[in-house]
Amino acid sequence: MVRIFGPLVGLFFAAALFWCFGNGAVQYLTAPAAKTAESLFHKHPHEDFKLASDGVFGRFDRAQLQRGFAVYQQVCSNCHGLKYVSFRDLKDLGYSDPEVKAIAKQWANKAPTLDEKTGDKATRDNLPADHFPAVYYAGQGNPPDLSLITKARHGGAAYVYSLLTGYSDQPAKLLKRFPDAKTPNGLYYNPYFANLNLAMPAPLTSDGQVTYSDGTKATVPQMAKDVSAFLTWTAEPKLEKRKQVGLAVVLYLLAATALAYMAYRNVWAGKKH
Amino acid sequence: MSFPWAQEYKPSHPFMQYLDEKLPLPRFVYNAVGAGYPVPRNLNYFWNFGVLAGFCLVLQIVTGIILAMHYAGDAKLAFASTEHIMRDVNFGWMLRYMHANGASAFFVVIYAHIFRGFYFSSYKAPREMIWLIGVAIFLAMMATAFMGYVLPWGQMSFWGAQVITGLFSAVPLVGESLHTWLLGGFSPDNATLNRFFSLHFLLPFVIAALIILHIWALHIPGSSNPTGVDVKTESDTVPFHPYYTAKDGFGLGVFLIIYTSVVFFAPDQLGHPDNYIPANPLQTPAHIVPEWYFWPFYAILRAFTFDFLFIPAKLMGVLAMFSAILCWFFLPWLDTSPVRSGHYRPLFRKFFWALVVDAAILGYCGGSPAEEPFVMISQLAAMYYFLHFLVILPIVSSIEKPEPLPFSITEAVLGKDDKAVLTPHHAPAPSAA
Amino acid sequence: MAEEAIMQTPTGMQTPTGAEDGVRRRDFINIAAVSFAGVGGLAVVWPLIRQMAPSADVLAEASVELDISKIAPGQAIIAVFRKQPLFVRNLTPKEIAEADKVPVSSLRDPETLEQRTKPGKANWLITMGVCTHLGCVPLGTGDGEPKGEFGGYFCPCHGSQYDTAARIRKGPAPKNLAVPPYSFTSDTIVKVG
Repeated sequence: MVRIFGPLVGLFFAAALFWCFGNGAVQYLTAPAAKTAESLFHKHPHEDFKLASDGVFGRFDRAQLQRGFAVYQQVCSNCHGLKYVSFRDLKDLGYSDPEVKAIAKQWANKAPTLDEKTGDKATRDNLPADHFPAVYYAGQGNPPDLSLITKARHGGAAYVYSLLTGYSDQPAKLLKRFPDAKTPNGLYYNPYFANLNLAMPAPLTSDGQVTYSDGTKATVPQMAKDVSAFLTWTAEPKLEKRKQVGLAVVLYLLAATALAYMAYRNVWAGKKH
Repeated sequence: MSFPWAQEYKPSHPFMQYLDEKLPLPRFVYNAVGAGYPVPRNLNYFWNFGVLAGFCLVLQIVTGIILAMHYAGDAKLAFASTEHIMRDVNFGWMLRYMHANGASAFFVVIYAHIFRGFYFSSYKAPREMIWLIGVAIFLAMMATAFMGYVLPWGQMSFWGAQVITGLFSAVPLVGESLHTWLLGGFSPDNATLNRFFSLHFLLPFVIAALIILHIWALHIPGSSNPTGVDVKTESDTVPFHPYYTAKDGFGLGVFLIIYTSVVFFAPDQLGHPDNYIPANPLQTPAHIVPEWYFWPFYAILRAFTFDFLFIPAKLMGVLAMFSAILCWFFLPWLDTSPVRSGHYRPLFRKFFWALVVDAAILGYCGGSPAEEPFVMISQLAAMYYFLHFLVILPIVSSIEKPEPLPFSITEAVLGKDDKAVLTPHHAPAPSAA
Repeated sequence: MAEEAIMQTPTGMQTPTGAEDGVRRRDFINIAAVSFAGVGGLAVVWPLIRQMAPSADVLAEASVELDISKIAPGQAIIAVFRKQPLFVRNLTPKEIAEADKVPVSSLRDPETLEQRTKPGKANWLITMGVCTHLGCVPLGTGDGEPKGEFGGYFCPCHGSQYDTAARIRKGPAPKNLAVPPYSFTSDTIVKVG
């Protein structure tokens, strides 16, 4: 039975697939999918972008993370939240307890409170134990939360860096070939963004826009790089610990496996197989 | 249940003797994976994957139970609780990465195990039942993995749930009601998430039970081997312990090195970035792709782009995707060659490697966007897939002329087999040239 | 391969030279492999146990700062400390005098008010709001709540009575209301925990 019905079923599926293939091929040849502006002008993130936290031995560069936090605080935090990160986590960046407390207290966006008896909404100063408060950008909806942005985009930190430094005028070639693809009003052209036009205007525009306390010159690429490093940390504060534990685990396993191999050879010694 | 020369469990310590009398669990273990289980001496490294698969299941159950201690099964909290595990729970990041990548590791191991079965025809008599249970385990694994992927409630979780449950709406007549019933609503939401959590927790224990049946069924004929020749004498076998415990120990070490390298140094490589965006029912990701281990089947699903005869393309895709696995149930009766091992089947061997390449192509297309040329390639690859199992295997097994088999495992290993000739229960060996 | 060579066991015990039961080189490697794997297996247990300990967000809330400037003498508030009620009470001079009047030796859990408050801040009585009997929340903080026979706190569950120093005076509770670790960071801010 199986040997009769099996081949029939197989031929049935094969015939259906051949039918789809034939139809698809005709369509492909007669009406190939048109090229779009996105498919031709979208750029992939800079591949040569490197951070201290990359690689097997990667460690965070604390000074860079603090600079990146300054960029976030002075620029990004106006529109973007960081809701999975707590103020207390900033201790990881090398801030002391009183510093963290002061940062939380002085944070411009206050923590919302609700009086459960009266239903009154109010705000209070942030505490170290609080998460960064959500940001609502009046009239513009809710720009993406940045806590996980480097994990949530192909290319990670390199994408963030490329996007921040990638704003430009629309290429003349693009407009010539796709006259309808002109960037609409209120949107901004950026070839690193998936559909080329995004609602965020270039956030980092001039050197010295952010004040660095460590004397580093705040050029646009420098700020972009620092904030990308900071957002790598916010996406995974445990990255460094992960790599440290990983090294110990893999080294142990290499030794254990070498021993296991010797034991295996021992057990089988004299037994041909 | 075993060969007459299997060593018998003889406890020396009085307590073990007492235990053996009242509850012979040590005897059971001894006969299952101890010195009491004679195994062919010529097993190669592909026979390591069964034990590794068992290890993966234990790993997933242990890490999974721990994650369930911290995870919140609620559509409003699930994503944040996952981040809570990653950031605040002690070693939570490690346990979650172990679990997420453990699923991938489990599938790597199980695919190696399945293709070992294809090449050495492990599905053939007298081992059909082992194979049938194995396919059932694979189906249960797929369901478990799919529902587990939904739990973090990221974008890919949500849209994966939307697409895969949507397959059931292709069922004629009752499809829409079936779809709503599965979801407990009109789109994936809290009810869906909670039932998936419950079932994701349950199914691994069902898999564990199926594995016990799988091993039980295995111990009736005993393990197959790379020559496919039946075990004849004691010299064909070695006791499982210490020979294969030692070899499996080494195999486990190699597996763990690769697995932990991924867990600690590239833990998000196999996942999709979109799953770090919280689920948003109003915005579909640009490309919805399942996890890599589903790609070949996803390619088959998407290969049906036009209605065929009176059958809608969507229904065809669903039928084909399920048939792609269900046809494995019939393998023992589709491939009727008396020779088991691919080593001695020249024509079969060529088609086997074609299947390996075909599966890789299907996988690649399944992970790519649904654009040309990937669709057309996956149509051709899916065509070969069905023809391979349902048409080519029956034909090959009837027309192929196998190469000569060794008389016994001992002969295959040592070049000659004196013992086989001397053993009283067997007829003298014909010279195997 | 010197299979018969006598080796030291992993514990360093010397086996008798030439003894039949000496641990041979082959066995040594097997024992070493199994022991090494065992050590790894034990190391894996640590994270599995450790994950159940309080997580970082719970620990971050293990200490709180309270503003006590708005509590008038004679008033008390219930704050939350480690997800439990915390009584903060501003004692009147009369209540302090009452507490000091009681002979310490007559108490079930002998402690002076001075021992239960900070030097120079004898009016600030800060205790857990958890009855030491079976963990109910005693009454006596809010206006008009029963304060019990001794003017402190009264637990409605089994009738434990606490005095103005929150010491157990009557009823089944074995201990005084617990005083958590705290310190004054300024005259109006108390850091508890």
